[in-house]
Amino acid sequence: MKKIFKHPQSLRKVSTHYCAGCGHGIAHRLIAEVVDELNIREKVIGVAPVGCAVVAYDYWNFDCCEAAHGRALAVATGIKRCRPQNIVFTYQGDGDLAAIGTNETIHAANRGENLTAIFINNAVYGMTGGQMAPTTLIGQKTATTPYGREANYHGWPLKISEILALLKGVVYVERVSLHAPLEVLKAKRAIKQAFFNQIEKRGFSLVEILSPCPTYWQMSPKEALDWIKEVMTKEFPLGRIK
Amino acid sequence: MKKEKILISGNEAIGEGAIQAGCFFYAGYPITPQNELTAYMAKRMLQEKRIFIQAESEVSAINMVLGASSCGFRAMTSSSSPGISLKQEGISYLAACQLPAVIVNIMRAGPGLGNVFPAQSDYFQATKGGGHGDYHSIVLAPSNIQEAFDFMFLAFDLADKYRNPVMILGDGILGQMMEPLRLSVVSGQLSDRYNLKTKNRKLKAKSWALTGCKKRSPHIIRSLYLKQKEIEELNLLLQKKYKTIKQKESRWQEVDIEDAKVIMVAYGTMARIAKGVVKKLREKNKKIGLIRPITLWPFPQRVFERICQRRIIFLVIEMSYGQMLEDVKLAVEGRAKVEFLGRGGGGIPKEQEILHKIESLKI
Repeated sequence: MKKIFKHPQSLRKVSTHYCAGCGHGIAHRLIAEVVDELNIREKVIGVAPVGCAVVAYDYWNFDCCEAAHGRALAVATGIKRCRPQNIVFTYQGDGDLAAIGTNETIHAANRGENLTAIFINNAVYGMTGGQMAPTTLIGQKTATTPYGREANYHGWPLKISEILALLKGVVYVERVSLHAPLEVLKAKRAIKQAFFNQIEKRGFSLVEILSPCPTYWQMSPKEALDWIKEVMTKEFPLGRIK
Repeated sequence: MKKEKILISGNEAIGEGAIQAGCFFYAGYPITPQNELTAYMAKRMLQEKRIFIQAESEVSAINMVLGASSCGFRAMTSSSSPGISLKQEGISYLAACQLPAVIVNIMRAGPGLGNVFPAQSDYFQATKGGGHGDYHSIVLAPSNIQEAFDFMFLAFDLADKYRNPVMILGDGILGQMMEPLRLSVVSGQLSDRYNLKTKNRKLKAKSWALTGCKKRSPHIIRSLYLKQKEIEELNLLLQKKYKTIKQKESRWQEVDIEDAKVIMVAYGTMARIAKGVVKKLREKNKKIGLIRPITLWPFPQRVFERICQRRIIFLVIEMSYGQMLEDVKLAVEGRAKVEFLGRGGGGIPKEQEILHKIESLKI
């Protein structure tokens, strides 16, 4: 009988520390499946962020480097320039990639580094206790916006993917979501495209993944998925940006 | 055309030394007075088919170096004082991840933006860690351009041997000044300006490097250990390494100290001026000597332990308001008198000022 579903070799058989209903586990698995399918496990080098996903290397089964908060794309630049034969990707949250690391993000993208960035947008800082992220929506309550985010006080949700799409060094930007099985499949397709671009030496690719954080959205896992669909995608529309 | 000696600036000598020592990756960001080094690397690294990147910030440059080092390559960055402050985050991570790297600080006057005049006021930052956490970089202080070149080999070797960041601590004078350099080189590609050739040093492959997990279990470079016990274990491991470095890698130069009644202690540019003072006073039969620390961390404590039983006065001279002074006092432990002469903010204690100070000690 033909085996059509199995545990990816690129994913260790361990349970994660993530909260119930968190999107990181799904995103980790999608990357692991893509790495297996592209047969690149033995040459992939992942760069882990600071944030909830910092220990992603405990879950993936390939070489990984940890970066300081926001510096993942600088670290990845150093790796990829020295070892162009390897496939190098970063996995970063919204605070990491679009607040403290904005400089590193924009300039790695603008240099057209042949890298893949997987950007998890859950509109909140998770690891530190649910503070406002650059992508927090207007009106959204967080630990540091207890009365809700106000545009004229806190600024607007930052659309880093749209900004990056303007840069000549960037070849591919797509925003996907994890709120429904069909969306998860689309997310996987986008991740695969972003890795494929690197294999083909096309330049910088980024996939933004809208991902649920029920704990700090103070919702049930189901409500969190609905909130992505009904609220978050209004501010962050899905689809290919570049 | 083969040249035995070339005239070269300190910044360029450091760059060429790094290249000859097998530096494969350099990332930098403009800041005076080290700009000639970045420009030199921009030109020479490409000639050697190696990697040069002008980063978007010092923060990014040091993290690019971390990436290059994590996959097993000799990597380096350089800057000057304010830029080195920005690199401290990365240096702390390098130390914690036990990654080799070379960081060059061509010091300028501070605090804040200060100005571009030479200073030695980053001694505390360089030798005591600089970033957060209990760690040390190995710190080498060249005092002339020959050393600036030669120490690059030592720096990369020590960094690899101990898997630890190494800092070259110079100042604006060392960076800008030109002196003859005797090259110890060799074969490879020509540099058009100096007709230099690159020695093909055979470097050992690093067994811990990230190369892709082909036929082995995955390697992970990390500094996060969520359990208290694990991070304490990492710290104990680092402390053990630092103890070995202290025992084996202290370096210093002694000038006429055996019969000296006053022993000056100075490093880098300041030691050159102090050497002139020794020469001048010895001609007048004054018993004066100099200890020149070459490694600032580990501080060469042993030489002080050996001689501080005698009735002598140590005179610490710095282009700062007394930073190495504290290490001398710790080494002497009250067994001898320790005097100080220093100027900061770009001021340099001149020979005449030192002579006056020595005269005032009334020995």
